[in-house]
Amino acid sequence: MDWLENQREYFGSLSNFSDRLLDGLWTTIQLALLGGALAFVIAIVLGIVAGSPRLWLRGPARVLIEFFRGISLLVLLFWMVYVLPLFWMANPDLPGEELVRNSFLIGVVALGINYGAYGAEAVRASLTTVPNSQWEATTALSMSWLHKMRRVVFPQAWALMLPSLTNLWVHLLKGSAIVYILPGVNDLTFELNNLRRPTDIWFSHALIGLVTYFILALILTLFMHALEARAKHKLGRGPSLKQILTPDPPTAVPDSAGDPASTAAGTDSKSGGAR
Amino acid sequence: MTSLNILAQEADEPVDPGGPWWDWAFAWDILPDMLLAFLQYTLVVTVTGTIIAAVLGLIIAILIMVLPKPLAWIVRWASNFIRMTPIVVQLILLFWGFLWLDALTIGIVVFGVHYATYMAEVYRAGIESVPQGQWEATTALSMNPVRTWRKVVIPQALRSTIPSLGNYAISMFKDTPFLYAIGVTEMVTLAVGEIGGTTFRYNEAVTIAGLIFLAASYPTAILINRLEKRLAYAH
Repeated sequence: MDWLENQREYFGSLSNFSDRLLDGLWTTIQLALLGGALAFVIAIVLGIVAGSPRLWLRGPARVLIEFFRGISLLVLLFWMVYVLPLFWMANPDLPGEELVRNSFLIGVVALGINYGAYGAEAVRASLTTVPNSQWEATTALSMSWLHKMRRVVFPQAWALMLPSLTNLWVHLLKGSAIVYILPGVNDLTFELNNLRRPTDIWFSHALIGLVTYFILALILTLFMHALEARAKHKLGRGPSLKQILTPDPPTAVPDSAGDPASTAAGTDSKSGGAR
Repeated sequence: MTSLNILAQEADEPVDPGGPWWDWAFAWDILPDMLLAFLQYTLVVTVTGTIIAAVLGLIIAILIMVLPKPLAWIVRWASNFIRMTPIVVQLILLFWGFLWLDALTIGIVVFGVHYATYMAEVYRAGIESVPQGQWEATTALSMNPVRTWRKVVIPQALRSTIPSLGNYAISMFKDTPFLYAIGVTEMVTLAVGEIGGTTFRYNEAVTIAGLIFLAASYPTAILINRLEKRLAYAH
């Protein structure tokens, strides 16, 4: 019972630092949102380019994807922190030194590049899954490239790539925890670790950290599931969001989590793209 | 614990090391140490962790399917919880909670259990893809449950999961530098904490670490891709 009593005290003392924890939480959310946005843009651009039939476009995109996927996130972070500033040390006249010294920006960019490369593979794979006849139909209708992407091909691929993107975003959120090692990025992990350090109390701090990350991940997942339901509805393959959210849905909700095929496709999205 | 001095330290501001930007002699000097750290820690954690993930993942997947509802629900959400929380935080938690345990052991356990929860999802999909007729046939032959799982369901379910296991092994491999947070001197920790920290020459060490990662993970990914195509073809 002693242990329980202690824990209550520890949790109580942690609440004295709730300002710092909330600041840390806000940094973590920013990392996940900004990093996620950057990763998304990179994934879409690289994914479309990597699926191009032209070799001079496809080649460099593939090299970039494989490079940033194959290199570990932490190696990328360390490289950007320690090696990148050397360019500015060697040439002091180069502009943009503050940007390279900004740890938060480095964190966002490293997360964006690393997970964007994983996402590009998912985008490319789902673009190739859109049936050939759809591509041919757009040619028959002599649609411009932009038009066919926006109106025909991408909406279909979008519904397919969303489960993978969901997983990757959760991965990115979890990966953002390592950014605490950079100087000046005081995210949730940093604050909790900092509060733990002088006291050797760990359980309450770690539990708060884990539960917070878990809730954030659940929120991300729910949001992405809503997007997925909307994308499917727009393709005429499921009920609308409104129908799902009403207490008595008229049709069964096509739950992607219950479908073995889509789960299998979704779960290995991080390593994925092997297809 | 050889490296408590760098334990969970934040990175310092970079310092100009002086000398050439890239020093081949220095790079050549540190290469053996880095390869040794790679074999000793990175590879050991990856291989042991993958074995744990493969076995424990299957156990979790089966437990979720055979346990009575409330218990299965608990196992499922415990598994979700582990899967959706950061490895880094889990490492720090266990490290400070079990100080008497070796940091490497903790690393192996955390990586193994974390990826087991991923593998459980893969196995679940694999088990669900076994046709209903197979289950019915085992009932018709009045096989007991253990025999049904061992001789009929698992062999069919496992085949399609091998490429995913490989992909997760690569993922785990690329996550091993997170061990930096608990001070295991794996390759990247060695590169940054010891080589970089004492000589201020980060460029060679970090770049070599990245190249070793690329050189190890890219060919493996291609092999797994081939295997996957082959399995799909044979199916």
